[in-house]
Amino acid sequence: MAGTLTEVILERRLGRAPERGEIAIVEVDHVYLHDGTLPLALRVLEEAGIPSRPRDPGRVTVFIDHAAPAPSLAAARVHKRVREWARRNGVRLYDVGYGISHQVMVEEAIARPGMVIVGADSHTVTLGSVGALATGVGSTDAALAMVTGKTWMRVPEVLEVRLEGSLPNGTTSKDLALHLASLVGRDGAIYMSMEFTGPGLASLGVEDRMTVSNMSVEMGAKAAIFPSDEVTRAYYSGLGVEVERLEPEPGAEYDDETSIDLSSLEPMISEPPEPSRARPARELEGLEVDQVFLGSCTNGRASDYRMAARILKGRRVKTRCIAVPASRRVYNTLLREGVIQVLSNAGCTIAHGTCGPCIGAHLGLLADEEVAVSTSNRNFPGRMGSPTARIYLASPYTAAAAAATGVITDPRSLL
Amino acid sequence: MDGHMVVEGRAWRLGDGITTDHIISGKYKYAKMGRLEDMLPYLLEEVIPGFYKMAREGDVIVAGRGFGYGSSREHAARLLRMAGIRVVVAESIHRIFYRNAVNNGILPVISRVIPASTRTGDRIRVDARQGVIVNLDTGARDRFNPPPGLLMEVINAGGMVEYIKRRGLPW
Ligand code: SF4
Repeated sequence: MAGTLTEVILERRLGRAPERGEIAIVEVDHVYLHDGTLPLALRVLEEAGIPSRPRDPGRVTVFIDHAAPAPSLAAARVHKRVREWARRNGVRLYDVGYGISHQVMVEEAIARPGMVIVGADSHTVTLGSVGALATGVGSTDAALAMVTGKTWMRVPEVLEVRLEGSLPNGTTSKDLALHLASLVGRDGAIYMSMEFTGPGLASLGVEDRMTVSNMSVEMGAKAAIFPSDEVTRAYYSGLGVEVERLEPEPGAEYDDETSIDLSSLEPMISEPPEPSRARPARELEGLEVDQVFLGSCTNGRASDYRMAARILKGRRVKTRCIAVPASRRVYNTLLREGVIQVLSNAGCTIAHGTCGPCIGAHLGLLADEEVAVSTSNRNFPGRMGSPTARIYLASPYTAAAAAATGVITDPRSLL
Repeated sequence: MDGHMVVEGRAWRLGDGITTDHIISGKYKYAKMGRLEDMLPYLLEEVIPGFYKMAREGDVIVAGRGFGYGSSREHAARLLRMAGIRVVVAESIHRIFYRNAVNNGILPVISRVIPASTRTGDRIRVDARQGVIVNLDTGARDRFNPPPGLLMEVINAGGMVEYIKRRGLPW
């Protein structure tokens, strides 16, 4: 049977063709954890009586990104422990202000096509955007992967998502992701890997792809893998790194298939309480908004803020607007390009690279019954503060349009 | 516990789409970072108030579709186990929670029949060797695929920590 991208990657690790549904012990190329998940990983190893020294410290990275800089004494104590452990074990630490783990893994070229990566965070699937088989695990699995260099994986069934056409003006890969979430549903891709194919791929840059892979876990997917094509190779060559091409075998057999014409998409919004509740933004026009959040591992990249700036240039925000670039590298790019100035002139509050309001840990929580439009990936009750606040997920265009007008607005009317 | 587990316990019936945030809200992860025991009173607090006081060893969660969706935080599975839960039965279970359940000695069971006919308080009997689950009060019965090989051994041992203590690293 011709291999899917998932199987091509696994076959190299196993030295034989994987069988769909089997549980395989797989060597992992990289493991990463953050301030929210490393402490429990260390506790598990301690309880089991296993030294927490990684088998290969060069294949482990830790991040302080979830509540950074520390917003509480409890967080500060955790950070201190994370730093001490990393230093003692020779593990690379990206400390406060460097950025969100998934973003840094790609922009520092730690993640590369063909790698098997596990991260102690559900949005590890983001790295599928660059052709890695990357999936989220809990602290115990991450701890074991760290000390043994291996993990177990069920060889997944594969859902092919075939992309045609290209996105129209004002419509982004976030709208594709939200549309896909409504199509597949919250549980539709559980245990499956999603793989993207078709002529529409050429029009999606690596940053656009990251947004799509990022949201695949909201459909239950184990991974969401893009091939490593010319787009990928050009991105990495911009980082000074050469990477291989990686594609599924011709005639790869998929277990399920769906096709999306990008040119038929329009700006979308997901209503609370779940990302899969997406509908066209125009159907919600006029809904009053209190806060707009531009950022997160879903949409915290330079291209995202350029979109927001296209809307906000020469306008003043009518809501609180919090912009939190996903990394210092993104921040510096935006500074150089004058995008930060545009956002600041419009009245946005701009912070350093961190998860920020996405998880309601700091930098702008929501009060009771407040309404937020967020470029992040989850709109569960209580995610960004009060359980009665309502979170609407949207693209940077749509979020910026809400900031500019104070109400939900189809961004195409402002472009 | 050695040998394949057979559990008899009371059901706690939950609906569809129970996220790890429902199980333990993210805000406690930051407020009480690193002190797992302190989070126990907040377990499922908005779904079943007072759950941690009422749950007993051997109890069974019976849920609908998409159980365990959301964050990778293993605190969710660990706290359920600390409260006594040995089995989670659901129509579908999100994969990170499934892994975390195994690692914490909780048997994940996929079944449509049992959630459809179970109410809170029903007695549920699960036999992991036979792959059979029965609601002793309604008589509803279903077969399931227990997790294969090593994973079942980890569950039988009571979780990965116990497994490692007895048998060393699993691979
Ligand atoms: S930005 Fe949000 S979704 Fe992404 S890693 Fe941080 S908390 Fe998780």
